[in-house]
Formats: sequence, C-alpha cells, structure tokens
Amino acid sequence: MKPCAFDYYRPQTRKEAIDRLIEFGDEARLVAGGQSLMAVLNMRLAQPQILIDVGAIDELRYIERRDDHLAIGAATTQAELLEYAALADELPLVAQALPWVGHFQTRNRGTVCGSIAHADPSAELPLCLATLGGEVVLETRRGKTRRVTGADFFQGVLTTARRPDELITEVRFPLKREGHAYRFREVAMRHGDFAIVALAADIGESEVHLGVGGVADRPVVRKLSLDDDLDEALNHLAWSLGAQDDAHASAAYRRHLVRELGRRLILEEPTFEQ
Amino acid sequence: MHVRGDELHRVTFRLNGRERSGSAAPRMQLCDFLRHELGATGTHVGCEHGVCGACTVLVDGRATRSCLMLAIQADGRCVETVESLAGEAGLNDLQRAFREHHALQCGFCTAGILMSCHEFLGRVPDPSEAQVRDMLSGHLCRCTGYTGIVQAVLQVARARQQANRRENDACSI
Repeated sequence: MKPCAFDYYRPQTRKEAIDRLIEFGDEARLVAGGQSLMAVLNMRLAQPQILIDVGAIDELRYIERRDDHLAIGAATTQAELLEYAALADELPLVAQALPWVGHFQTRNRGTVCGSIAHADPSAELPLCLATLGGEVVLETRRGKTRRVTGADFFQGVLTTARRPDELITEVRFPLKREGHAYRFREVAMRHGDFAIVALAADIGESEVHLGVGGVADRPVVRKLSLDDDLDEALNHLAWSLGAQDDAHASAAYRRHLVRELGRRLILEEPTFEQ
Repeated sequence: MHVRGDELHRVTFRLNGRERSGSAAPRMQLCDFLRHELGATGTHVGCEHGVCGACTVLVDGRATRSCLMLAIQADGRCVETVESLAGEAGLNDLQRAFREHHALQCGFCTAGILMSCHEFLGRVPDPSEAQVRDMLSGHLCRCTGYTGIVQAVLQVARARQQANRRENDACSI
C-alpha cells in the first residue's frame, strides 16, 4: 500500500529538528533511515500528519569513542557501525548482534538510534543496549538533555520513555570491560526475520548479565550469579517472561530456548554460524 | 526544507549516470517515482514493506529498498537500477550467469536480486557460499529455490577474480 499524505520536514540541524518537535509534539513522527517506520506508513498502521526526517542532519552522523563508552549519533546507519574498524574490540556484543539486524540491504539505510527508538521487543540493538547498561541521550528545548538507561527507556511494545518534544541525539554503549566475555545468539525463522528468542550475555568473573529479546514486551535483563544453580536460575527467568504462543513458536518452545540457549551461551565457547 | 502533503516537489537525481527529474508529493515512494515519473520500469514493486527485496536499487552505491525510501529523500543522490547493468554489448556477466544457471523463472524478483549482487560482489569479491546465501536472505524468490542464483553469483565471483589475476599478471610482465 501507499502511505497517507503527510507534510514533510527535513531539518539540517538538531536545533531545527527540536524546534519542529516542540511545534508539533506527538502529531509528528520522526524518521531517520525509515527501515521500520516506512513499512508502518506504507501499511497505514500509522498515519501521521507530519514527518520530520532527521536522516540528513550531518552533525548527528558520528561514531565517537569516549572514556568509557562508544557514542553513536542519530543519523549513523547500522552499516556504518558495522564498518567501524574497532567495533569487535570495543563492542564485541554489538559486533556479533549487528549482522542479525535485518539484512544488509536494510542496514545500509537503517540507523542504530532508529532501531532503538522503534523499540521492537524482538530487535537486537535494544537488547544489546539494555544488556550492556547503555544509555539513550535525549535533547529538548534550549539544549536541555537527559540520559535514560536502556532499562528505563524501553517501556513496552514500540513504547519508550521519549517525550514528544525530545529528540534522541545519540546512544551510548559501554565499552568492553577487561576480563568479560560477550556472546550473542538468536533463533529466527530465517536469518533477518524477527527473533523468536535472542539472547545477549555480558559474562564477568562471578556473574552474568543475561538479556532476553523476543519473549516479553521489551528486552529483559537479569543478573545471574555463576555460583548459584544455573539451570534453576534460567528456568526461573524463562517462566518470569510471560512468554506467549504465536504463529512462529509456542510459549513452551520460547521457554525452552531461554533455558537451553542461555546455558550454552554462558557455559560454552561461542560458535559463529555466520 | 518543508513540503506540504498536497504539494509537488521537484526531485532531481542521477539515474544510471544521467540527470533526471520529476515531481513527487512527499508520500511518493522512490520505487513509484522511478516507474511512474521517470518510466524506469525495470525496478519491480513487490510487498511494499521491505521484506521481499524486489524493489532493491542502489542509492549512492548501496543496496536500498526503494519502497522504504521516499522519492524526496533521493533528491540530489545517485540512483542505479537494473537498467544500468547491461551495456551496448548486451547483458553483463552477472545477467548472463543468471541466464546460464536458470537463476530466474518468472523474473519478478530478479531486478532487485541483481542490484544486491552488484553491490555485494563489489564489496566481497571472493565470497563463500554461506556469505552469498546470507546476502540473498534479503530477497524472496518463489520460483528457483535459490540454488541457481547461488551458483550464478559464485561463478561470476570466480570469473572476475580470474580476470583480475590475468590482468595483474599482464601488468607485472
């Protein structure tokens, strides 16, 4: 189908984009790469009156290594992040997860921040952000910014803590920590399809942050102690997610994947079937 | 820049090396602009939500779903479609390999697949079968079962590698 008519704004600066957001509030939808939103518009699941395209704002196109995190600007594409030479060294979890985000044809245009803003519960980048304890930076009038952790940002299916007059300017992924291992695993009908279950792990010396995507209404991260009974902890986690049956998998299969893949992810060396 | 929903905007970009322009309302997808405004009907429109890959074109050299991009967003860019592949001598090596390996039957998905392969082979000149299949996972073909497509892409990669080696050998003599 074709989208409904909308007024189109393409600001050149972040200030101009925020001015438009202040003017129109939740009557406007933001678009950057459009790899999720355009499909929604084409199917007329959303019919915004106003579209604000932040994809052409050059000052938001950057990947910056700072003291303890990698900052990625709102106009940076997933392909640009994948081509960032130090990605595997600095963000090994994201380096493993990114090839699972859509297909290379959609990563060429889709942005990192856009995927996080869209907040699909089965999406890989929100899962990585939540698992690593990263942050979303939001800016509103007069340059006022606030930082929201991944855990607080994702509030439900396609629902986030962004306020209507706020622009996501960047996301911050904490850099790899010495002595930690990072692993990612996903089960989907086909590569590039929505995850039935996706798991991300940040494995330290005595504890693991295990993130689960595709099951609950948002990415869920739990801290598991490596001294406790792992099978019991994973079973408890699997049942706590409120898994549901759908056309692709039963709730029981999803719980099975959380237990089984979770155990393998934590205990075994990763195998990459890329 | 601001364009009202009922307003037509003049969109100009390089299409296959030639500057072309037409008018588009903000909501017009790039695929429809190519077909209806510019008459470049080689690009096919399938699912219109980014899943099937039939409408894939190159924008500034990168494979892109033209149903998930607005015509207005292509203003000032470089767009390449399947029409760019064949030269005066006829089909290019990739297209010939598709014909030889029965990599198409109805051909609806082919224009998009060719454009993805075109970018892919430029970036990954010596791909494994797994890499080719991964690249093709962004496309749906309901005729071939993909086997012929994989064979065609691998054969073109090998042939281009050999040609490059011969060229390098000739230079070093």
